Amino acid sequence: MKRVFTSHNVLPGFGLSMGFTMLYLSLIVLIPLAALIFRAMTHGFGAMWATVTEPRVIASFRLSFGASFLAACVNGVFGLTVAWALVRYRFPGRRLIDALVDLPFALPTAVAGIALTSVYAPNGWLGRPLEAIGMPVAFRPLGVIVALTFIGLPFVVRTLQPVIEDLDQEVEEAAASLGANRGQTFVRVILPSLLPAWLTGFTLSFARAIGEYGSVVFISGNLPLRTEIAPLLIMTKLEQYDYAGATAISVVMLLASFALLWIINALQWWSGRRAAARR
Amino acid sequence: MGIRVDGVTKIFGAFKALDGVDLHVPAGELVALLGPSGSGKTSLLRIIAGLERPDHGTILFGGEDATARDVRERRVGFVFQHYALFRHMTVFENVAFGLRVRPRSRRPGQQDIRARVEQLLRLVQLDWLGDRLPSQLSGGQRQRVALARALAVEPEVLLLDEPFGSLDAKVRQELRRWLRRLHDEIHLTGVFVTHDQEEALEVADRVVVMNQGRIEQVGRPEEVFDRPATSFVMNFLGSVNIFHGRVESGKALLGPFSLDYPDHPHAESRPAAGYTRPHELDVSRSEDGDGLWARLSGLNVAGPVVKLELSAPAGPIQVEMARDRYDDLKPQLGETLYVRPRKVRIFLGSDREEGGL
Amino acid sequence: MTESPLVRLFVILAALVFLGLFLIVPLVAVFTQAFEKGLAAYLAAIREPDAWSAIRLTLLAAAVAVPLNVAFGLAASWAVAKFEFRGKGLLSTLIDLPFAVSPVIAGMIFVILFGRTGFLGEWLARHDVRIIFAVPGVILATLFVTFPFVARELIPLMQASGKEEEEAARVLGAGGWQIFRRVTLPNVKWGLLYGIILCNARAMGEFGAVSVVSGHIRGRTNTLPLHVEILYNEYNFQAAFAVASLLTFLALVTLILKSWVERKSRRSEADAASG
Repeated sequence: MKRVFTSHNVLPGFGLSMGFTMLYLSLIVLIPLAALIFRAMTHGFGAMWATVTEPRVIASFRLSFGASFLAACVNGVFGLTVAWALVRYRFPGRRLIDALVDLPFALPTAVAGIALTSVYAPNGWLGRPLEAIGMPVAFRPLGVIVALTFIGLPFVVRTLQPVIEDLDQEVEEAAASLGANRGQTFVRVILPSLLPAWLTGFTLSFARAIGEYGSVVFISGNLPLRTEIAPLLIMTKLEQYDYAGATAISVVMLLASFALLWIINALQWWSGRRAAARR
Repeated sequence: MGIRVDGVTKIFGAFKALDGVDLHVPAGELVALLGPSGSGKTSLLRIIAGLERPDHGTILFGGEDATARDVRERRVGFVFQHYALFRHMTVFENVAFGLRVRPRSRRPGQQDIRARVEQLLRLVQLDWLGDRLPSQLSGGQRQRVALARALAVEPEVLLLDEPFGSLDAKVRQELRRWLRRLHDEIHLTGVFVTHDQEEALEVADRVVVMNQGRIEQVGRPEEVFDRPATSFVMNFLGSVNIFHGRVESGKALLGPFSLDYPDHPHAESRPAAGYTRPHELDVSRSEDGDGLWARLSGLNVAGPVVKLELSAPAGPIQVEMARDRYDDLKPQLGETLYVRPRKVRIFLGSDREEGGL
Repeated sequence: MTESPLVRLFVILAALVFLGLFLIVPLVAVFTQAFEKGLAAYLAAIREPDAWSAIRLTLLAAAVAVPLNVAFGLAASWAVAKFEFRGKGLLSTLIDLPFAVSPVIAGMIFVILFGRTGFLGEWLARHDVRIIFAVPGVILATLFVTFPFVARELIPLMQASGKEEEEAARVLGAGGWQIFRRVTLPNVKWGLLYGIILCNARAMGEFGAVSVVSGHIRGRTNTLPLHVEILYNEYNFQAAFAVASLLTFLALVTLILKSWVERKSRRSEADAASG
């Protein structure tokens, strides 16, 4: 039986480790997820389609995907800035800042949610001046973008950092020796080699933002059709025991997540191949 | 303890790494498995160690069938190509590992372990490095730690995978001689894998030349070098000049040469090639015996042996001559010289045949 | 080879302003508002019985999730890194799957399985077993969202270190556990610790998934993040931030440990690379 799976190996423990892996994976992940898919199928495609084309649902999808995309764009720009500054420049507090970039990974999302809300609320430290210049943040779509930017912030920085560290500075010197100025070198030589990692970071940040719940629900105001994100709508439907509606929205979200997971895998394969080719 | 390999075949997916290999390693000998990469030499070594299972065939240790015996029970010492030292353990702990993991009933006491490890470290001349981590050692030192670690479990067979592969040339030379002396001292049965023919010829009692999963020839170093059984062996064991041609009616017709070849008395003609090593060619200014004229196009005089390159109509010819001979002859670049092989080995197609001049 | 000082200054300032607005100001806000009404109010909010029970449940969830995920991570990485088998790529993707699933959906799948109208709902009700809106549900949801943390740290690490050292140990006569304990584990210990730290942070801080399955029963099924939410929604901001400050403190400790482990493991990697 074992030989069907694996060629001879003198190391022991394949059966035990593989058995436990499959058992635990099935119990915690596969069976529950399969139950969701199965549940969705029992409701039938027509009912599902009716649910996901309700105006309220469409509005929530538009907000979730749109705000996630914009937040990923903000992170794309500033993540590159932060990563570049952290790797290439020396300035006081660099190590501290470097450690702090992971705060969104470590801070519970609910805490992030209430902290951002209090800061960006109309009477908050930053909310008041922003409101004064006509840019209210909290309880508006903009608030959703702020929360999702916070959540996705580490992804672009952390995927770019090792790649910038590995950049061969001789290549930049070669570009300079061929007459390129710093700007040309950056745009023509550096950016293209960062592209796969940058896209990976962008997609990771986008994927994380789509499903985010905790940090958004406090700051968004949760007005149906205006500031209601899709995960919140699932929550609402569950609380009303509308399982059919909740599963329908979930299936759409899951499909989007799997597609993104697939894209991320492809991107990582691409950047891995680039890194291998550089050696 | 002698090792016998009987009809061993090993297949990885669609690739036949070993194809019915038979081999006998007499007790106490040091044997080299020599061949290019992909020739199956490492697979054979790993099968002898018990790290791989053969798909067919048997392995006998001292006459007993060991094919199904687990690697832990084979009593082999294995030195990995990249040493596989435990990086978080000191040199001392690395060497002591095999003693410490024994079941309690067979485990020596702390004192005995210490004594045994220290003795081994002295043997490999590293007793002053016991507290270092592998990362703090040079390549040659790591190699010797790996050897001491393998010897700690008192193996009956010592197996080494490309033991000098990742060392630089000078360290390699030293370690080779050192391994040979060590082997003469402790008299284990040893098998090592190498792709370097010089290494095999210098260190081993017996050389096994492998190619594409088969054994081409087994013999003492001088045997395989002087009497190669196949054109592959001839080619692999050093540089050669090849003259293509054919054999018919007891004659070998190789371009400019025609030699007697009594092994093929038939009238029907077969393709053949004559192989001769660069030092087996005489160069002179006069036509003398069966040879050809060629123009001297390259010359390298540095070193005890002078290397000449000559251009003949059939292609370039490499010649090596002693420095004294060169000083007598003083050939000039561009000069036309007469080249005559003292010895030509003739191989028919893929058949194993040999002829002298 | 670098940019002009002006460009450099601009890039650094842009980075600092961005991080300041999104990370540092909210961080400071948590502690400011937690102590807004003084130390006494802060301590009162934390000592309240409901807060205590939330702390206990949070610790319980982490105490179950971390060891189980460590066991899983070790088993999965051993199987994936040291053996060849068909479907390895698929298995690695499946292990990462929980990261791709929204926390709300992560909670919901357990409601669908074990909830009142779920697949096993009736059977559970007949045997008087409560999973949803009870502690087991909270633990299951926590397990799901923290599932990949340890495994995804260990798999690449074990793959990179290959299996030569394990084979060497085997040839020297070591048994399975001996190889694992003396050779494999010391080589991956920093990666394992790193995974544990991240797994623990997420287990204690998870909100969305736990929110779906907990039912928000005060003093019974509330974890710390859920307790923060309730206090906040009751406009008891000071108490909410006081409890949140505990979680923030935990996050800061996590970050410190994390960068300490990163430095340690980078050093041992450098040793291994020169070794």
